[in-house]
Amino acid sequence: MPRMSGAQILLECLRQEGVEYIFGYPGGAVLPIYDALYDFRDIKHILVRHEQGAAHMADGYARATGKVGVCLATSGPAATNLVTGIATAQMDSIPMVALTGQVRTTNIGKDAFQETDAIGITMPITKHNYLLKRTEDIPRVIAEAFYIARSGRPGPVLVDIPLDVSLGKIEWDPSQYEKDPDIPSYRPTYKGHEMQIRKAAQAIREAKRPILYVGGGAVQSGAQEEVTELSERTNILVTTTLMGKGAIDETHPNSLGMLGMHGTAYANYAVHNCDLLIAVGARFDDRVTGKLDQFAKYAKVIHIDIDPAEIGKVVHCDIPIVGDVKTVLRELLKYVEPRPATEWNRQIMEWKRKFPLVYPKDGQMHAEFVIDEIWRVTEGNAIITTGVGQHQMWAAQYYKVKRPRQFITSGGLGTMGYGLPAAIGVQLALPNETVVCIDGDGSFQMTVQELMTAVVYELPVIVAIINNRSLGMVRQWQELFWSERYSEVDLQASPDFVKLADAYGAIGMRVTEPEDVEPAMREAMSQRKKPVIIDFVVPTEENVYPMIPSGQSIEQMMLRKDLEQLRATVDTDGEEWSFADQEQILRQFVEQPARQ
Amino acid sequence: MAGNAQNGREHQHTITALVQNHPGVLARVAGLFARRGYNIESLAVSVTENPDISRMTIVARGDDRVLEQITKQLNKLIEVIRVVDYVEHSAIERELALIKVNAEPKNRSEILQLAEVFRGRVIDVSEKTFLIELTGGPEKIDAFARLMAPYGIREMARTGVIAMARGTKTA
Ligand SMILES: Cc1ncc(C[n+]2csc(CCOP(=O)(O)OP(=O)(O)O)c2C)c(N)n1
Ligand SMILES: [Mg+2]
Repeated sequence: MPRMSGAQILLECLRQEGVEYIFGYPGGAVLPIYDALYDFRDIKHILVRHEQGAAHMADGYARATGKVGVCLATSGPAATNLVTGIATAQMDSIPMVALTGQVRTTNIGKDAFQETDAIGITMPITKHNYLLKRTEDIPRVIAEAFYIARSGRPGPVLVDIPLDVSLGKIEWDPSQYEKDPDIPSYRPTYKGHEMQIRKAAQAIREAKRPILYVGGGAVQSGAQEEVTELSERTNILVTTTLMGKGAIDETHPNSLGMLGMHGTAYANYAVHNCDLLIAVGARFDDRVTGKLDQFAKYAKVIHIDIDPAEIGKVVHCDIPIVGDVKTVLRELLKYVEPRPATEWNRQIMEWKRKFPLVYPKDGQMHAEFVIDEIWRVTEGNAIITTGVGQHQMWAAQYYKVKRPRQFITSGGLGTMGYGLPAAIGVQLALPNETVVCIDGDGSFQMTVQELMTAVVYELPVIVAIINNRSLGMVRQWQELFWSERYSEVDLQASPDFVKLADAYGAIGMRVTEPEDVEPAMREAMSQRKKPVIIDFVVPTEENVYPMIPSGQSIEQMMLRKDLEQLRATVDTDGEEWSFADQEQILRQFVEQPARQ
Repeated sequence: MAGNAQNGREHQHTITALVQNHPGVLARVAGLFARRGYNIESLAVSVTENPDISRMTIVARGDDRVLEQITKQLNKLIEVIRVVDYVEHSAIERELALIKVNAEPKNRSEILQLAEVFRGRVIDVSEKTFLIELTGGPEKIDAFARLMAPYGIREMARTGVIAMARGTKTA
């Protein structure tokens, strides 16, 4: 048996887990690991510029591939720098293993140099975490960490590695490494209960106004085919959450786009008036439900989720099914009979006609126009990452994705600065794809230093800054709910993004005219070695609509004021429904929508 | 029908969790309760017949939905092996209390008699105090403490409830 150091054992375990990249940053407590990495050929280390970037890159990599992302940082300030990235992964259930260095076991608890309690700090933001105490434990703990991160409801796992543990030498035979170990106290449920599945099928048969509400769980379990088949067979229309985007092709006629606070009016009307809500891998986040006692208040609820704790957490559930979304839907499809499109479908299409998602095509550089153009030029095929704010919501509304793992955004935590590092992780995982980070001028500046990482590794990510010279989303709330008292949201004072790109060795462009969006995007896409920053200068005072104010219901939904005029500009040809004689259909449903 | 899941009447529940006997498990459980805003009324932890496994007995209040969430969230912790919620009185519950009570000479026989009725034992005597040991369900200990109050309780320590199902059933 070879004699190996803890650090060497660690890398060997990572290799056996199929790790391609470690996103990291060195320091005292991880020196043995960096020394082992120095001539370890099978794993590539990506040197970031800030540990938060490393965590988001690992997360972006994981979201794009479904594999476990790995980040590495030293103890103390480096471990705390990972925190935002770990919390981001935890909120969106992303498989990730975060490795941190720690002071020697003999120094733990003594306020040693760069000692922080990484375990204590990350307990509430990880699926699980480990403090390694002995070199012998490394293989077991690493195997458990990867298994826990990727199985059941995925999530981040942190392993804290004291210096003496990575330094220690033991005899170890790498062929003994055991992947996916059995952990008796951790056995996720994958297969749904058959009785419950039959009940769900019956509820679907009996429903008059069913809706599919699909979340990130469907993306994670790779259930696009099943969701689409269920929807096509039953003619039940599909709305997805921000995390669920791509669970059905958004250009599919059965897709209603996103629901919730900035969801489409028609998706929200459909959910509000439905009599059966089929929740698939979704968790009834408050940004989706608004006021709880008004949310889908006429509906029976079927809730399919791999995490039993999600069922009944927020809303009452009539038919709970615990299991992996894809596996459960496969079973469900055995019992579900074809069902014709009904008046209900026509009703929803009528809402779609009345309350379309539109923006004015008036020769101005509206943010929506820029995103629509990006969508058109990339033919809907780019992998999108985002920051957080208005640009993120516009991207969710207007960048219609075709497949799961194509829209990569911080949903649960809403982490500004997520976009660029996530895009780097995605681009490394998928070098041949076009990766576009639709970013805010504020968000971009939170992790801008990772531009250097993209330049160094020759990653052609495109950062499309929707530059409204403002913390736009906060400005919107201040305009609408705080009497236009614009407190600290002005970002006029920002660097010249074109020069900034140049300073980093990236390519910078500025676009101020609508007709220049397409050529700029085409030029950016032709770059295959350098990141491109495009500064899209858009108006400041524009809001994201529709909007259901926080904690309120569809009755308070705000629509854009010019919707009436814009409606005429929407081309409804090619929709699969005719819009004749719809007024009477509207009347036969439970409740009239608030604004007709 | 859909609708807010957080309503209903509050009950007291005794929850037993079998957990792996690892350092930090207690912090995970306590952190979970604090983070999710659940109230712990008492918590008792000790090792079981298997030294690798500890048993935590938690008394918590909440409506049925909250208690269901507590149970599910506990189950989600990787080191938690099993969780049993003993609703109301389906289990035997015991607690141990040490009560240091003022015992003036004129009150001594009265206190001794009361202690005897409750099957308590005087385990230490000083000129001015008795130290009484008492086991039983929490109500019994509450009742005894109420009776001792007029004499002046100087100090009281309770272990918190531990619980076990009747009969052959195990957690
Ligand atoms: C790290 C972090 N800090 C603060 C916030 C609160 N916040 C949400 S949106 C927003 C404004 C974002 O500005 P920008 O990135 O320019 O996007 P815009 O809304 O202008 O499109 C802020 C400050 C946040 N989500 N994340
Ligand atoms: Mg902005």
